[in-house]
Amino acid sequence: MPRDAERTYEQDVSGDGLQSLQKVIDPHRDEGSLGVKCALIGISVLFLGIMLVLPLAVVAVNALREGWEAYKENILDEYTIKAFRLTLTAMFFAVAVNTVFGVAAAYLLSKFYFRGREVIAALIDIPFSISPVIAGLVFILTYGNMGWMGGFLKSHGIKIVFAVPGVILATIFVTFPFVFRELFPVMNVQGREEEEAAALMGAGGLTIFRRITFPHIKWALLYGIILCGARAMGEFGAVSVISGHLRGKTNTLPLHVEILYNEFNTAAAFAASSVLVVMAVIILIIRNLVEMKKGRKAGGR
Amino acid sequence: MQIEMRHVNKAFDGFHASRDVSFGVESGRLAALLGPSGSGKTTILRMIAGLDSPDSGDILIKGERVNNLPGSKRGIGLVFQNYALFRYMTVADNIAFGLKVQKKGKHEIKARVEELLELISMKELGRRYPYQLSGGQRQRVAFARALAPNPQLLLLDEPFAAIDAKIRRELRRWLKEKIEMVGITSIFVTHDQEEAMEVADMVIVMNEGAVEQIGTPENICRNPRTGFVKDFIDVERFEALRLIGKKRYKENS
Ligand SMILES: Nc1ncnc2c1ncn2[C@@H]1O[C@H](COP(=O)(O)OP(=O)(O)O)[C@@H](O)[C@H]1O
Ligand SMILES: [Mg+2]
Repeated sequence: MPRDAERTYEQDVSGDGLQSLQKVIDPHRDEGSLGVKCALIGISVLFLGIMLVLPLAVVAVNALREGWEAYKENILDEYTIKAFRLTLTAMFFAVAVNTVFGVAAAYLLSKFYFRGREVIAALIDIPFSISPVIAGLVFILTYGNMGWMGGFLKSHGIKIVFAVPGVILATIFVTFPFVFRELFPVMNVQGREEEEAAALMGAGGLTIFRRITFPHIKWALLYGIILCGARAMGEFGAVSVISGHLRGKTNTLPLHVEILYNEFNTAAAFAASSVLVVMAVIILIIRNLVEMKKGRKAGGR
Repeated sequence: MQIEMRHVNKAFDGFHASRDVSFGVESGRLAALLGPSGSGKTTILRMIAGLDSPDSGDILIKGERVNNLPGSKRGIGLVFQNYALFRYMTVADNIAFGLKVQKKGKHEIKARVEELLELISMKELGRRYPYQLSGGQRQRVAFARALAPNPQLLLLDEPFAAIDAKIRRELRRWLKEKIEMVGITSIFVTHDQEEAMEVADMVIVMNEGAVEQIGTPENICRNPRTGFVKDFIDVERFEALRLIGKKRYKENS
């Protein structure tokens, strides 16, 4: 297949995504009537306002309703901090495990041909199509006292359900596909030939990964890790089922928010929420930076 | 014989990509594997390079069976169809890669890279990245990269397929000249009879995974041995080409 000389590696690697977006927002393009444009802008702004800005404003206002001192106290509350820590722990494990798994699976499925590839690819997507609540229930049925593995775990003194390992497991499960999903297409595009060329020259597996594979996937990898982390942070359903809501033990931040809210402790609930919001905004900023890099730097340098 | 295939068979999931393939290429020769797309040419190159292994049969380099030798130990340079340049490395780093892996000295590597950049007339472009090059330049870099570790056998998969038709003929002559200059035994794959006839010393015609005929370009044109060869090779066109080629040769010299 002849490669179009005008087409850069960048486009081959990351598609025309950013460029086509730029076309949409290019101010020099003024086809179509002004009225349609204004109406569309109006609808978008209204929608974003109702769905995003308003709720965020509510969080901020409610969190600060009783003043700065109360807000600080709510945030520094022992159980809020513990929940925050558990959320970070779950995020850490989810990202670590799913990064290793995602790289391995994407490598396997993009570079090797064997029967059953499609089946594995479909299995990896299961967490996207199963309701997290059901995922949590399945974990209880598998690892709980009455579950298939219950007896074995109990006799070895391992507690998973209603304990921190369960929370971590559920989070890993729910965030399973993100890294893989980002890496797979990028690795697929690269193909095997560069690696084969390096291997023919006598390069070992580690050198090949470090010098050929990794430079190609690094931005996609980071992007996948960020998506994975963001999802891990916000996970509610699966964790809610398996955690047992033990305050200070198995409560993550989202669960803690719900408990506070159910106790009519609105200010504290919103204060805890604001922590999640701030984390989300930080992730969003990093994500956009990475996305820019991913698009721009795909050609190397 | 520099390289020899003896009764090599290869199947992918029951699909026979190579059927009892036997041929040999003598030292210093430039051989063409000619056949339609899907006839199993790339599969043969990959087996010689050790990227795939035959189901049965022997591959010999200088009389030694290399079936169980990893590709990196066979002394082979391979130019992939789409060049497979390392896209995150400069031209110079691409060429130097094989030498760095062999842990050659810094000065030696530098000297060799410069020598090769000169060979491909890209002395000023060593710091460019592959995406900043034209198709023809990429091909030359791939050629230099394959030659860098001083292989004893050079394999080229459809080296001109991705090149603009306009400069293809020019590049063809360039490549033949360089290969003769370096004096390396080479096999190149092509589906274009004109290319094979013009460039190669010997031609191996392939069809559906099997060798149909082996011989010099003239030999094959004069005495096509099977119906397939007769159909595939346009004798009249070849004669015309040869006349043009001779005329051009006279004009140039
Ligand atoms: N890794 C593979 N898995 C399955 N089939 C393959 C593989 N490589 C090649 N083939 C098949 O073998 C046949 C010959 O392929 P190839 O050697 O690439 O032909 P050519 O280079 O002459 O076009 C093709 O039909 C192709 O589909
Ligand atoms: Mg081919």
